[in-house]
Amino acid sequence: MTITDAVPTVAAVEVAGVSRVFPGRGKKAGVTALDDVSLTIAAGEFVSLIGPSGCGKSTLLRLIADLDSATSGAVSVFGKTARQARIDQDYGIVFQSAGLLPWRSVTANIELPLALHGVAKADRSARVSELIELVGLSEFASSYPEQLSGGMQQRVAIARALAERPSLLLMDEPFGALDEMTRERMQAELVRICAETGAAVVFVTHSIPEAVFLSDRVVVMSPRPGRIREIVDINLGESRGEMLREESAFFAGVTAVREALHGAPPVGTGARGVDLR
Amino acid sequence: MTWATTRRIAAPLLLGVIVLVVWELAVQLGDIKPYLLPAPSAIGKQLELALPVLWKATLATGANALIGLLVGAIIAIVVALLASRLHFLDELVAPVVAAIAVVPIVALAPILTNMFGATSETPRRVIVAIVVFVPIFVNTLRGLRQVLPVHTDLMRAYAASNWQITRTVTLPGALPFVFTGFNIASSLAVISAIVAEYFGGLQNGLGSRITSAAANSAYPRAWAYVFGAIVLGVVFYAATLALEKISSRRHA
Repeated sequence: MTITDAVPTVAAVEVAGVSRVFPGRGKKAGVTALDDVSLTIAAGEFVSLIGPSGCGKSTLLRLIADLDSATSGAVSVFGKTARQARIDQDYGIVFQSAGLLPWRSVTANIELPLALHGVAKADRSARVSELIELVGLSEFASSYPEQLSGGMQQRVAIARALAERPSLLLMDEPFGALDEMTRERMQAELVRICAETGAAVVFVTHSIPEAVFLSDRVVVMSPRPGRIREIVDINLGESRGEMLREESAFFAGVTAVREALHGAPPVGTGARGVDLR
Repeated sequence: MTWATTRRIAAPLLLGVIVLVVWELAVQLGDIKPYLLPAPSAIGKQLELALPVLWKATLATGANALIGLLVGAIIAIVVALLASRLHFLDELVAPVVAAIAVVPIVALAPILTNMFGATSETPRRVIVAIVVFVPIFVNTLRGLRQVLPVHTDLMRAYAASNWQITRTVTLPGALPFVFTGFNIASSLAVISAIVAEYFGGLQNGLGSRITSAAANSAYPRAWAYVFGAIVLGVVFYAATLALEKISSRRHA
């Protein structure tokens, strides 16, 4: 399935009144990870979920991926149930740890979803070399994960997630474990890859600049119980180069998201307590 | 050959030679009786004399150990796979394995020999299979439980079947653990194959040769068969070690 086939009128993700309660054990009370959350993500849209620990952003992503089930409410992906979308392989997913199989080479790791779903060998190797090129790892095709840096491993994981040309990419803090320099480079690459593939992205992060740099919309969440506090529109245009990070529109976005996170304009100098990553 | 590898090989050889010389001198000069400790030269002579028989006995015992090891390993791996998948089976099997782990070969061998008849190799192979089952089962099961949550999530996201998960994630991840079990089991297989022969049955293996030589006060001959047993054990251990090396090179 290619992107051009996708019907643009169907939302990529539709979350309607979803709650997720993790039941308590014995006398311990249960934890409400998500409380009545509703969110619509359009096809091709880049949406970040941001918030402090325990706000349910990862839980929301796992519900969309059908790795977990909602206690109440409905999640649909391209008009289907989340479960059906998972079975149909409508999304690609990237976790915080690359999760590569250490006994498989870079090529074999990227090939994994294709091999599992019975894609012919010739088509598989053609697609894999395309993807390796896309993430700039051509020299490392036959390397093993332990021989790669964290950033390179994460690029392999992204290539693997893109293998079946999904129209939806789910990313759970994919750059969370990377150093600052690598992180900014990976963000720029992700912007490029998204432009090339046209996939919708749900991106979980706890970095404000990262969310602003990447997203069309930033969903700001608050914890206990996990709720959507505010959705901030970011209009930074299509071409997002490195210079963008120094433009006033970018800073305006960062300020808007930060204020939404803190619930009110911060008092004092404003620079304190800001996650500048 | 570099100096380092020469030294690596030469050092233990030299130690062996020194031990043999000291042993020989101690027996000769100290006038130690052969039933206490025969001289290496006497054992060497018996080795030479008994070589054809020793070779056959080593093959007979080796075959029992190998067959028992393979059968025990296959059963252990299959049961571990099932136990890792089915919770009730895991709970069912755990006490049984604990019981098997403490079964003394000494108690089992005469009973099995009666069961299968004195002219059968089967009781020995069964004993070896029982003995090797425990270390391979325990290690394999531990390996199968090492699956990272991120891999579980990933395979679920791929809507992979149970068999696909086992084949692509669980089994390859458990492989180093399986080999650890194998390493322990390989020496156990040889030891138990020899000990199993102490309790009657066919007189064709190393164990029965050792007991009959000792019963005839032919101590140097008994020692010659012990030497055969050592060689057999080393061969088994080295073979599993080589297997592990090959598989880890393919994966690493």
